[in-house]
Amino acid sequence: MKFTKTLLATTALTVAASAVVAEEMTIVSWGGAYSKSQKLAYHDPYSEKTGVTIINDDSSAEAVAKLRAMNEAGNITWDVVDVVAADAMRLCDEGLAMEIDPDTMLAPAPDGTSAADDFGDLLVSDCFIPQIVYSTTFGYRTDLVGDNPPDDICDVFDLEAYPGKRSLEKRPINNMEWALLCDGVAKADVYDVLATAEGQDQALAKLDSIKDSVVWWNAGADTPQLLADGEVIMGSTYNGRLFSVIEEQKQPVAMLWDAQVFDLDGWIIPAGLSDERKQRALDYIMFATDTQRLADQAKYISYGPARASSAPLVGKHADLGIDMAPHMPTDPNNAKNTFLYNYEFWADYRDDIDAKFQAWLAQ
Amino acid sequence: MSDIADTGPVLAADGTPLKRSLARALRVQKTRALLLIAPLLAFVLISFIWPIGVMLFRSVENEIVENTLPNTVKELATWDGGSQELPPQSAFEALYFDMFAATELKRHTRLGTRLNYEKTGISSLFRQSGRKLDDPGKDYRKALGAVTSDITKSATWLELISGASDAARSAPLVASQRQRLSTLDDRQIKGDLSFSPSADIVQLLPRAAREYTAFALYTELVDGKDVAKTKPWESVYVALAADLSDADVSGYNGPHAQMLRDLVAADVTAPDFRAIFTDIDKDWGALETWRTIQTHSKPYTSGYFLNAIDMQKTPEGAMAQPENKQILVKLFIRTLIMSLIIMGSCALLAYPVAWILANLPARKANILMIFVLLPFWTSLLVRTSAWKVMLQQQGVINDVLVWLGLVDDADRLIMINNQFGTIVAMTHILLPFMILPMYSVMQTINPSYLRAAKSLGATNWTAFWRVYFPQTIPGIGAGAILVFILSIGYYITPEIVGGTKGVFISNRIAYHISSSLNWGLAAALGTILLVVVLVLYWAYDKIVGIDNVKLG
Repeated sequence: MKFTKTLLATTALTVAASAVVAEEMTIVSWGGAYSKSQKLAYHDPYSEKTGVTIINDDSSAEAVAKLRAMNEAGNITWDVVDVVAADAMRLCDEGLAMEIDPDTMLAPAPDGTSAADDFGDLLVSDCFIPQIVYSTTFGYRTDLVGDNPPDDICDVFDLEAYPGKRSLEKRPINNMEWALLCDGVAKADVYDVLATAEGQDQALAKLDSIKDSVVWWNAGADTPQLLADGEVIMGSTYNGRLFSVIEEQKQPVAMLWDAQVFDLDGWIIPAGLSDERKQRALDYIMFATDTQRLADQAKYISYGPARASSAPLVGKHADLGIDMAPHMPTDPNNAKNTFLYNYEFWADYRDDIDAKFQAWLAQ
Repeated sequence: MSDIADTGPVLAADGTPLKRSLARALRVQKTRALLLIAPLLAFVLISFIWPIGVMLFRSVENEIVENTLPNTVKELATWDGGSQELPPQSAFEALYFDMFAATELKRHTRLGTRLNYEKTGISSLFRQSGRKLDDPGKDYRKALGAVTSDITKSATWLELISGASDAARSAPLVASQRQRLSTLDDRQIKGDLSFSPSADIVQLLPRAAREYTAFALYTELVDGKDVAKTKPWESVYVALAADLSDADVSGYNGPHAQMLRDLVAADVTAPDFRAIFTDIDKDWGALETWRTIQTHSKPYTSGYFLNAIDMQKTPEGAMAQPENKQILVKLFIRTLIMSLIIMGSCALLAYPVAWILANLPARKANILMIFVLLPFWTSLLVRTSAWKVMLQQQGVINDVLVWLGLVDDADRLIMINNQFGTIVAMTHILLPFMILPMYSVMQTINPSYLRAAKSLGATNWTAFWRVYFPQTIPGIGAGAILVFILSIGYYITPEIVGGTKGVFISNRIAYHISSSLNWGLAAALGTILLVVVLVLYWAYDKIVGIDNVKLG
């Protein structure tokens, strides 16, 4: 009898608990400092406002593969997913992400500008709600470059002036573009050249000239670590990672903004959510991508907010108290020479060029 | 008579023949045993064998082309891909309607991605064409609407295709369109359709009726909207224009018969489907594009397996990939060779350790055993990262060597991000898998054998080599198989410390699973890896004998 009672009581508790569980959502992101900035700028205020519990899942790197698998299994466990623009386009293409109408689903700017105008050209896909502008760029060790710090992207390919190892990402994207730029190809022609077999060979030949001095990285945290250890003299990574090495960890590292490659990161909502979960996800998105919230995120990490109206609101770093504006990739001083990542091109050529790139690496 | 009864079958106590009774008892026992392991068996089948089977099946599965472009594939079956002629108009027409429906259901880009593995550029060709397929429809809506604005209204269409209320209905068309959409969407489209096309109209305007029925099914049963109030797909206008050019509507007297006669009289140009596509993108006028679709239109393909061994499927048969794209065979060979080296170095290092463990008094051996097991309990990532700190150029080992003056500061050793780094880190990580079986086998060897050999005059070496070593072979064999099979599929350590020359085939599998999303190729690579392991296992069984393997 007693046993039955206990059993009943536990069952009741479990049922009650699962009723509470319904008021939670799983948000997928990249982890590390980036997820932390989202937690402080978006999740915490949202939970406080609505009482919804937010669960973080650091799976963004495999988001496309996992969403595809979830879709095939017919069980979507994620509510909102943070992905780069290229992945958002693939998800949208495959029908795995929900289409967003910016005018009804996103908050307008405080001055009444519609969300579509506020985000402008950054709405690169029908399913994508941009959040930040980030860039892939180089950092270098100030103590290892002597009196002549690098200020040109082609210094990466100059082993005489800057002997030592450099770290590059172990994939063709960005590296091929930089190689062509430094092999005399005009910026406007880079993708036309890269579309030809000769152009690809030309880029690989340029990379070949520094191949023995390259450490190849897979994770965004690798280059900061390699720079801090003095393993490499310069290396490419995301600008926010370099900011944290320079300003938060006070390492002797400086930024080489030349030919930084802009890219976007933002939210998608998986297709096929139940109405209730979809509403909750939309409500979260409406809140988390308004002008103030996007500007708030820049207090914790040096990525530029994707809304035009957020830029003037970017203030000081929450802990360090330094002005964040000069650390944004979009700051005029940093953006003197920038490069725009071509999504369409890489969607087509990724497999082909990657096979060649990997074969070249293995030689 | 009684003699015969005596030689008859022996009976059990209950009168049944003993043989049958015994068999029944055995069967009950067997069933009980089977029931006992049934949960485990079911678990293994459901959570292991089945998913792996499904995943490996992807290496040959290629239904996506036929499912997405069913009519185009049918039309292409009769086209000679080797000729210098583009496919006939009918193929372009089939492609238009196939692509349109696929675009509405967002399936065309999946196919584009699939075919892009075979020919670079098809991905964006499909994506961009999908966006522009509406345009000819809009043009025809305008042209037909200029003759009579009725045709641009949603209600007109419903009445037109439904025909007179007493007309015969065409159930087969609804069924076939339901089938078409279900295959395309990968799920059953269920429910009853409030609309059904009239048989007369299906005969008179076959294309328009077909496209409109598909639209109605999708709108009502997938989108859950009212067909009468939804604008039809743009493709129905193209279909209608094509139908009008060869339809004889003079005898028709269903709803909107006059409108049809007006439209025929207006003599709107029939759509030129080939021009539609070549206007969208000149690549549709290229033989290469069509050959790719035709070559890969079969529901099962050897293409992924050919890709996995650096070849490709072409209209002319299997061909080698261009040399600058050949990488996978090289990686397979490298994986095998490096796994063998790792297995060998593990065996060399583990043998003396296991010997000491087996010959020390139990208390000391237990303490040492903890040292062997401790790394086993530490996270794999932590151990791999620790090797990074040890081996890198500004790392512990190099610092010590420079401090000792053995190595020049400017000339530090490169010990990581290459094959050496992978071999060192993996040998360390897999060492316990070698030590443990060796240890448990050595423990069972009676020390008196060695003493006996020595007392019979054998030297230390002879006693070890002729008496002790042969008895440890089962342990070596078990450890070697374990380490080899584990290392052949290792992924995370080569990824972190392997650099460019120390990565394994599993790193490419991971890339194709999570980055390029070419699951077919990943499955083919995985299948080959599995077969290689099984073949090696079989060879091992033939040479050494699997009975000689002891895990303890």
